[in-house]
Amino acid sequence: MRGAIALAGLALAVAAFSAAAEDAGQIKTAQGSARIERDGKIIPAVPGAHVLQSDSIITGEDGTVGVTLADNSRLSIGPNTVMSLDKYAFDTTTYKGQMDASLKKGTMVVISGKLVKQTPGAMRIHTPSSIMGVRGTKFIVHVGQPSS
Amino acid sequence: MGALLYTLLLAAYVAFGGPTQPPAEETVVVLPGEHGKIGGVVVHRGSQEVVLDKAYASSHLGLDGDLERQQASPERVQQEFGKTVAALPAAPASYLLYFVMGRDELTDESKSRLKEVLAEIRNRPVPDVLLIGHTDTVGGNQSNDVLSRQRAERVRDILVRAGIKVNRIVVTGRGERDLLVPTRDNIEEPRNRGVEINVR
Repeated sequence: MRGAIALAGLALAVAAFSAAAEDAGQIKTAQGSARIERDGKIIPAVPGAHVLQSDSIITGEDGTVGVTLADNSRLSIGPNTVMSLDKYAFDTTTYKGQMDASLKKGTMVVISGKLVKQTPGAMRIHTPSSIMGVRGTKFIVHVGQPSS
Repeated sequence: MGALLYTLLLAAYVAFGGPTQPPAEETVVVLPGEHGKIGGVVVHRGSQEVVLDKAYASSHLGLDGDLERQQASPERVQQEFGKTVAALPAAPASYLLYFVMGRDELTDESKSRLKEVLAEIRNRPVPDVLLIGHTDTVGGNQSNDVLSRQRAERVRDILVRAGIKVNRIVVTGRGERDLLVPTRDNIEEPRNRGVEINVR
């Protein structure tokens, strides 16, 4: 019994450690309907929720989400949006890494952080038809129907 | 008649690329930087490239597939994208703390800054804190990475004693990569031995 508890404790510790290792950022603001999709599971997108590499953030008609990433980059996701964080790697000692996010539809605002300051171009935003290479700035990307 | 309509709809559907690529326009707008600096964004579409490096510089990709440079305005941005801009998280706050030379105690100035730091953390709805230790250029790079991290761990202990949850704190060491006061190698410089606190 004691062995089982110790084993469960160890499993929890390992799970906590691996979650921390992949942690790309945290949700800081959320309104309306918004969810995270991770490995086919749905997680509510609420303030304090962790965002990991490969997560998708999906909002409804009234939904918005704001995320601060590990390198102090900030993102916001507007209503009716599908965005996935395909790759996020950031070394807190060297500030080297890479970020690739895809905006499938809707609106996002990006403020680049330490990653791009260290390596201009290390952040890329992909849309269905284009790729944005980020040299360091605050900008909006919108994919949608005409006048939506 | 029904069959003709169906054929026309199907033709339109296929022409727009089927279910994987519904017709969509793409717009990019660069906003004024928070510190006045704009490094810009480069929009690539196939072999086309548009560099946007001024406030409100914009690119638009229409349904005809043409990538055009445009100029946006604050009013249009507010009207079309104001809700998304408003959802951005608050800017991270940054502080720098110092220890008394050779002692495990903050300087008097840093002790009063610490009160501001704690207030900032408590003010944020879901705070996370990044502690970044720094060293001067005395010693090797690898040992300074370790030393800078140890310095940040001491600040973590202080924050935890003050009631901040340890799982909200991440500790790292930047070694001698960010010198507040630039020096040659192997120069003692107390102002380069701080711990930066990032409250987000």
